[in-house]
Amino acid sequence: MLTCRQVTQLVTEYLEGKLSWKDAIRFQLHLGMCRHCRRYLRDMKVTVRVLGGLPAVAIPNDTMDALMERFRNWQ
Amino acid sequence: MGAARERSRFEQDGASPGERELVARLLARDQSAFASLVRAQHESLVRLALTFVGSRATAEEVAQETWSRVLAALPQFEGRSSLRTWIFRICTNTALTRAEREARSTPFSSLEVPEEAPVEAERFKPSGFWADPPRAWHADSPEEILERTEAVACIERTLSELPPAQRAVVLLRDVEGVEAAEACNILQVSESNQRVLLHRGRAKIRRALEKLLAEE
Repeated sequence: MLTCRQVTQLVTEYLEGKLSWKDAIRFQLHLGMCRHCRRYLRDMKVTVRVLGGLPAVAIPNDTMDALMERFRNWQ
Repeated sequence: MGAARERSRFEQDGASPGERELVARLLARDQSAFASLVRAQHESLVRLALTFVGSRATAEEVAQETWSRVLAALPQFEGRSSLRTWIFRICTNTALTRAEREARSTPFSSLEVPEEAPVEAERFKPSGFWADPPRAWHADSPEEILERTEAVACIERTLSELPPAQRAVVLLRDVEGVEAAEACNILQVSESNQRVLLHRGRAKIRRALEKLLAEE
């Protein structure tokens, strides 16, 4: 059986679908029995979604103007 | 079935019809098309460039030079990758050239850093099971977390402190939502290295969030 430490080491490979089917089953078996690792997996998924939702930074106006000028002069 | 899978993979990896139309508009000197592209991607280029070069000012210069190179090469864009990937790739090349000129080592040498555990060793018993398991967080959903300015600041700070190669992979994969294969192409790393870097970077951000949000 996988240990909790191994689960935390394999979590990205699991999320990326890169575990062999045998390891994926061992991973899921562990999750079925361990609420702490379910929590860990959930926190990792939340972390990924938070990263994807970070507010966008706006381009400064003078940079935008300079780039538009470059576009107008583009041959 | 093989052919269908090949085709869908090609469509996924190549430029979308929307991107091809955008390229046509750019080639027709459509200023609003260029403005929307720059607005959507410029700051992402600065952030990516910052993982290769020493300062924010240099990263800004790299991003601006990227746009010049994009325009110069646009007539040759074949749409084999997505336009966004192609622009990120040009940005990476521009930044690498710049980093070499500044005699700064490329970030991917940091791949050689020793094995890092995703969770502190002392949180496990010698048997490998949790001694100090993950705690529930005050804010539980991504939306709730993103509403907290201190959480957003914590993530930005942790991201900026990641080793450059980890930061580049996390930025592309998780912040920008680029597919694994595209990220490997942009950064010229193998898939397995990409995964190790992603794993280490994500684990540090999770740790920082746990420290900030965990209930006592």
